[in-house]
Amino acid sequence: MASLHHANVVKGATVLMVGAGGIGCELLKTLALSGFQDIHIIDMDTIEVSNLNRQFLFRQSHVGQSKAKVARDAVLRFRPHISITPYHANVKDSNFNVDFFKQFSVVLNGLDNLDARRHVNRLCLAAEVPLVESGTTGFLGQVTVHVKGKTECYECQPKPAPKTYPVCTITSTPSKFVHCIVWAKDLLFAKFFGDKNQENDLNVRSSDASNSSEHAEDVFERRNNEDIEQYGRRIYDHVFGYNIEVALSNEETWKNCTRPKPIYSGDVLPENLNHQNGNVDKSRATDDLSSVSSMASLGLKNPQDVWSLTENSRVFLESLKLFFASREKEIGNLSFDKDDQLAVEFVTAAANIRAASFGIPLHSLFEAKGIAGNIVHAVATTNAIVAGLIVIEAIKVLERDTDNYRMTYCLEHPSRKMLLMPVEPFEPNKSCCVCSKSPLSLEINTHRSKLRDFVEKIVKAKLGMNFPLIMHESKLLYEVGDDLEDDMIANYTANLEKVLSELPSSVTGGTMLTVEDLQQEFTCNIYIKHREEFDEEKEPDGMVLSGWTRAPDKKDDNKSVGNGGSTSKASPTEAQKAVELDEISEGTEISGKKRKRPEVSTNETNNHNEVQKVDVVDDEDDELVMLDHWDTDNKKKRLQ
Amino acid sequence: MNGEELTEQETALYDRQIRVWGADAQRRLSKSHILVYGMKGTAAEFCKNIVLAGVGSLTLVDDGAVTEDALSSNFLILPDENVCAEKTVAELCCNSLKVFNPMVRVSVEKGDLSSFGGDFFDRFDVVIVSCCTLMTKKSINEKCRKLSKRVAFYTVDCRNSCGEIFVDLQKHIYTKKKLDENNQPTTVECELQYPSFQESISVPWRTLPRRVSKLYFAMRVIERFEEAEGRNPGEISIEDLPAVLKLKKEICEAQSMNESHIPNALMERLVMGRREFPPVCAIIGGILGQEVIKAISGKGDPLQNFFFFDAMDGKGVIENISYPSLCN
Repeated sequence: MASLHHANVVKGATVLMVGAGGIGCELLKTLALSGFQDIHIIDMDTIEVSNLNRQFLFRQSHVGQSKAKVARDAVLRFRPHISITPYHANVKDSNFNVDFFKQFSVVLNGLDNLDARRHVNRLCLAAEVPLVESGTTGFLGQVTVHVKGKTECYECQPKPAPKTYPVCTITSTPSKFVHCIVWAKDLLFAKFFGDKNQENDLNVRSSDASNSSEHAEDVFERRNNEDIEQYGRRIYDHVFGYNIEVALSNEETWKNCTRPKPIYSGDVLPENLNHQNGNVDKSRATDDLSSVSSMASLGLKNPQDVWSLTENSRVFLESLKLFFASREKEIGNLSFDKDDQLAVEFVTAAANIRAASFGIPLHSLFEAKGIAGNIVHAVATTNAIVAGLIVIEAIKVLERDTDNYRMTYCLEHPSRKMLLMPVEPFEPNKSCCVCSKSPLSLEINTHRSKLRDFVEKIVKAKLGMNFPLIMHESKLLYEVGDDLEDDMIANYTANLEKVLSELPSSVTGGTMLTVEDLQQEFTCNIYIKHREEFDEEKEPDGMVLSGWTRAPDKKDDNKSVGNGGSTSKASPTEAQKAVELDEISEGTEISGKKRKRPEVSTNETNNHNEVQKVDVVDDEDDELVMLDHWDTDNKKKRLQ
Repeated sequence: MNGEELTEQETALYDRQIRVWGADAQRRLSKSHILVYGMKGTAAEFCKNIVLAGVGSLTLVDDGAVTEDALSSNFLILPDENVCAEKTVAELCCNSLKVFNPMVRVSVEKGDLSSFGGDFFDRFDVVIVSCCTLMTKKSINEKCRKLSKRVAFYTVDCRNSCGEIFVDLQKHIYTKKKLDENNQPTTVECELQYPSFQESISVPWRTLPRRVSKLYFAMRVIERFEEAEGRNPGEISIEDLPAVLKLKKEICEAQSMNESHIPNALMERLVMGRREFPPVCAIIGGILGQEVIKAISGKGDPLQNFFFFDAMDGKGVIENISYPSLCN
């Protein structure tokens, strides 16, 4: 390792970088400076303005272009003679298979979502290529090394589930601003601008029809000869006024909660808005997404300001008006996107009006956007540090310097005088179903659950498979692929709708199912246990997977409402990036090492990311810190 | 820009970092002026970070010509021979930095920094010196300390796979988040007093805790060696090792410290480190960037008063090297 600096292994190495974003830009630069000569880089994203504060290889003029390609060109300017191969593609594409991965000496991840991380982990395991994994949030960061058979794989540790909220908290008893955001985004916005036919927990029935449910009028239907403002005010009064009155009438609900107050548009905004703002200029209809803004047309400048109830009500009506005037074609198939200014304005205003009703403090558009879009805090410095640490680990991996592999944590506040804390990697988890092929067990009602439920809730959501194949003994029950015969497809489609016990090869308690992903070369055995009843609140999937680690619950199932379920493609990934950092807060109990277990006093700031307990291997001067438990408060703070 | 509120353009560009340190800190950053002396890889990393962060202005001083060494870990210099031949390192870096963020004024000052008077340093809020002699470090630190306004002073150096940061914030008042007795987050005001570089390195070694990073001592030996030999910083090689080890022995004896406390292997790595190791530049430049942001924004505990990183053990350690009376 004394030759770290002049390592020859560097020159001969072929490395794959996955991700050309915050960490990726820093990593590509540092790899090139460190003497790497053959670098491949995959990223499906294009450049956005909010990337420019840290993704220093990109300029304003590059907005909209491929990150992988622009990053390559930028680095070649200062290292013209090296080879950088960019792929503007999704790492989950089928051409990035095990054979593709086998050509690399090491794979370096600078990803922002759990799904892609799991996918790359499996391909690295199958191709037997070492993986260096990383993540950052604000001043916090981490780098880990995963070498098959030597250290734990990325999935050996449970990953925390994204936060979800009980439906009733969102629909009737919000107590935090985030509940109002979820309501505004996933219920109200979806109802107004999304698919009209999708299920929605919002009460859309008016008083006179509330008893004759099925054929009652949906108040969201715009009436003939109703102008946009009248329509907006009618909905306003329904969701912030009438619905609250209905809720108030149920005394049971308010025994332990503060009673909300109904808000009607006529009380907040007695004047008709048309007088003040006139009609929307038709020429604006062709403008791009970001230029249509109710803040602009109402003269509200600073997104950091907290608007009054009156201002929020104006923004609510104005955004609605602008959607109908300028973007009518999109209505019906819009989903919330944090980069859609008008959508953010609408959601901010609606969430704030609801917050006012429930006595919850109002928030600025800037804050609301962060919560609604699950925006991850990001700075250049942490990414630069993490990229440096990745390269150091990559060189050790290339030198097969196994004893010196480290996971490193970047801390915001020092622990044991350290801001950068190296930790010895853990051994593979014997019960990991990914790297140790350990079987899982599934409790499920085999007479009621369909194969489709099993595929969606377990195979895709929990096991993260893209091209699954399901077998019972030698019988194929289900398969996804490009080259299937029509009759097979018909057969599988029919199977999806059958309950497990009625499948051609009956699946009941005691059955062992084999689930396989051919692209990931990942096989998993699942032992089926029949169970009649499930708790709707605690076990919303109606099935419980155990044995290995609990993977994150997917959002947006019937019984819980997540924050971020119906967002643009960027949002869920950003959300999961935040989840990644929560890994720091996860306890880890495995390791064959003998350890002492001192309590380390946290510093006086009571920082929630502080290390609580560390195990120390103390060989005189060269101390090595072993994590055992991190403060779990970290998780709670994130969403606030 | 009216200086009080962030513009729409700033809010859009700095969105992700405002979510880390707040709009108030961003405003303070945009009004701050930074001076950097000595543009090698670590300083280049730092400059990139601080320009992206959106400081008001950055002034670079380095009249050096572009050599292979200068190119080795500095991504701000594009290896175009025609351009390189006519310009100094600082001018080339300036051109690259300007395009990173059009809202930051980046400029070059020519001349020998140690000959500049107090008025020159008075223009800045933060002064960073890199790759300079012991004498220069001391004298610039003293000039900053004599000014009526508080100027934050840093030295930063990278040798081989090791890096060091020294910080002198003089009297630093800042706020930090804390939980009150009801476990509710509140903001408290704190004050720290820093020793000068001269004061720090004069602390007798035997009075320091045994666990103090060995890099601290090793860097002092190299610094003294280069000064005694009249070398420029980094002008050292493996041939110098016997002389360096001899000096180490002498200093240890004078400080009543067992010389085995500074391993010869570490000294050997440091004398071989003419070129910086790019991953360490990124790490040290990143930590320094965060520290400067903390100092300017007055938010969060700044490090006090040395930081060390060694890629060999992977630890990034803070050491407080000051007379007991100055500790708080």
